[in-house]
Amino acid sequence: MSTDSTKLAFNDGWQYAPAPESIDHIQIDDHYGLFINGEFVAPEIDRYFESLNPATEKPLSNIALASEKDVDRAVKAARKAYTGVWSKMSGADRGKYLFRIARIMQECAREFATIESLDGGKPIRESRDIDIPLAAAHFFYYAGWADKLEYAFPARTPVSLGVVGQIIPWNFPLLMAAWKIAPALACGNTVVLKPAETTSLTAMKLAEVFRDAGLPPGVVNIVTGAGPTGAAIVNHPDVNKVAFTGSTEVGKIIQRSLAGTDKKYTLELGGKAANIIFADAAIDEAVEGIVNGIFFNQGHVCCAGSRLLVQESVADEVVRKLRDRMETLIIGDPLDKNTDIGAINSAGQLETIESYLSIGQAEGAEMYQSDCSVPDQGYWCRPTIFTGVSQSNRIVQEEIFGPVLAIQTFRTLEEGLTKANNTPYGLSGGVWTDKGSKVFKMTQKIRAGVIWANTFNKFDPTSPFGGYKESGVGREGGMHGLGAYLKLEA
Amino acid sequence: MSIAAVPNDARMPGMSQVALVDEVGVKERAARFQTRSIKKESKIEALHMVLSMIDLTTLEGMDTPGKVKQLCQKAIHLHDAVPDLPHVAAVCVYPTMVVVAKKALGDHNINVASVATAFPSGMAPRQIKLEETRIAVDDGADEIDMVISRGAFLQGEYGFVFDEIAAIKEACGKAHLKVILETGELGTLDRVRRASVLAMHAGADFIKTSTGKIQPAATLPVTLVMLQAIRDFYYKTGKMIGMKPAGGISNSKLAIHYLVMLRETLGSAWMTPEWYRFGASSLANDVLMQLQKQATGVYQSADYFSKD
Repeated sequence: MSTDSTKLAFNDGWQYAPAPESIDHIQIDDHYGLFINGEFVAPEIDRYFESLNPATEKPLSNIALASEKDVDRAVKAARKAYTGVWSKMSGADRGKYLFRIARIMQECAREFATIESLDGGKPIRESRDIDIPLAAAHFFYYAGWADKLEYAFPARTPVSLGVVGQIIPWNFPLLMAAWKIAPALACGNTVVLKPAETTSLTAMKLAEVFRDAGLPPGVVNIVTGAGPTGAAIVNHPDVNKVAFTGSTEVGKIIQRSLAGTDKKYTLELGGKAANIIFADAAIDEAVEGIVNGIFFNQGHVCCAGSRLLVQESVADEVVRKLRDRMETLIIGDPLDKNTDIGAINSAGQLETIESYLSIGQAEGAEMYQSDCSVPDQGYWCRPTIFTGVSQSNRIVQEEIFGPVLAIQTFRTLEEGLTKANNTPYGLSGGVWTDKGSKVFKMTQKIRAGVIWANTFNKFDPTSPFGGYKESGVGREGGMHGLGAYLKLEA
Repeated sequence: MSIAAVPNDARMPGMSQVALVDEVGVKERAARFQTRSIKKESKIEALHMVLSMIDLTTLEGMDTPGKVKQLCQKAIHLHDAVPDLPHVAAVCVYPTMVVVAKKALGDHNINVASVATAFPSGMAPRQIKLEETRIAVDDGADEIDMVISRGAFLQGEYGFVFDEIAAIKEACGKAHLKVILETGELGTLDRVRRASVLAMHAGADFIKTSTGKIQPAATLPVTLVMLQAIRDFYYKTGKMIGMKPAGGISNSKLAIHYLVMLRETLGSAWMTPEWYRFGASSLANDVLMQLQKQATGVYQSADYFSKD
């Protein structure tokens, strides 16, 4: 292991001056109403909640709190748009709208990225280079499918479902909205969508894009609020399908309330992915993969590589290199172009993460955090790794949803595989080895929806995404993602 | 001419033990350094650092004593219109120009680096390479930039290459040895990593990417692989090895991203001319132009910067 005499120094000498993205170019309103039937309307009951900037704890805007009545208005608007306009429109014409939306999103990319980072805490580098381009790419991709649905399902007749209710999380606000809305519209459905209560702003900006694109009123309706608003969507009798991304806990509640109804549903839930490093991997690149796996988006990623399984003979080397690499991660102002790790999304989430840090230490694991300084205001968590943990530890079993990595070692391929699969989750996984045969052996046996080989956290609209076991039901993305929004008739 | 037949120094590392490189991952990491935004005072500090790390180079068949003297003047007086500029680290010339450079630089504390070992091809008998090295050192070279025998390396004759570097190192005496891998001829990043390890174990004080005569010369991914090799060597032995990317780094922005990569791979201890150099001929003027822009807010014409 590392000795002091050969320790690398990263925190002295030349430093990077602040390079903040400007906020002069963005427009955030003081109040946002609900987007129903093509316009922003006040909620039935005059209640609003604050959306905070998690990096400063200062309010950014006031967001309408949608009641059951508001949800009913939204569903009615969606139904009217479905029967009156959208279900009658040709696929080619629906595609034109989607292409137009995608192009406007690209034109507004800088504003979207800045607001996403302000409202959610993620580094501008990620919202600029990943979230927003990928969100537009989902619209482009599904725009192309809109008039080709028959070709996706040969010998079947694909028929739209009707009104779909969609509930999305706070970790990738705009991307999740795009991920849900684009395939739903391409398949001819209309939408009632609820963003997460801490990150409503880019959804409201997206509503403006729909309006500017001339999307017929009611085709997409956006209602804001917390759990009860979501429940009102799920339980509304005129909703034909529910698509949810969020915690396994809420996913189970939704599944229970949908039991016995004829509503279709897809659930994309939690994860506790194993990132498996074999001794014959390219270690330096694997260390990068570990960093991308767990510290991307502050670890607020359902498919994060939160469990590291590293083969015994390279464990010391990997941990040492990982620690050195962690010292170079810059934590702070999400709007700074050099920030690697931004703010934790909310006070509540920070509390959850911190409770797991205590649990891990109480369980006897050794905790290591990088040395970097964090701002006084706002919600922050230093990148953290735990060594000396086992499958019996809660920090290995439970989803933490923060920049916290649990590291275990394994000796044989079989042991690594057993540990990887010994979890109630099954959303993603990573395998690092220079041997192609080992990649295929592992990927066939890991029970998870997405498995990356020699990379991690790579996303593309053409690739299906979804979980095994408690990580969810159904697939989103790619051609598979169309099936979730269609009935297939003979 | 099999590898096994060559008796090698016990210090020679086993090539099968050298870390593997994943090209896709390296390129991705290298690209990430280029997303760093270096502004204001950190940019000015970086530009000063770049100037102080330059090996101002002229390696042409048509070089003359006059040309070398001009270059030395440039090394001493980078741009006197701007106060408090550092001077470059060294002037890099052919062996026949070492005496001229040495005299022209006087006591300005700028090193004379000489290429040797039948630069750039390295296609000469070992005795000639050794003799050339000794002559350059005797003439006053502070640093020797040798080239490895790429043909032998690509044939797998690692022992031959190792012994040759070790012999040149011995011939260098007090002069520092920079070993040019000529990565543009090695073909894969795995070979770059292997050649780096070989050179460091054989006694290199610096490892250097390129002669500048072959394309591609220095690139960010190649340099990253070499920096990682230096870091692993340091972990193992506690010995610091220097790094010199050379060829193709002609603008300030790119040079700053090389420094970003250095900072985030090896840390602050390497960020001095003692451990890091840029082999470049036209980089200095671009840096000067940027510094002038930082000071005045406007770009000056290239005609205001001396071209020697």
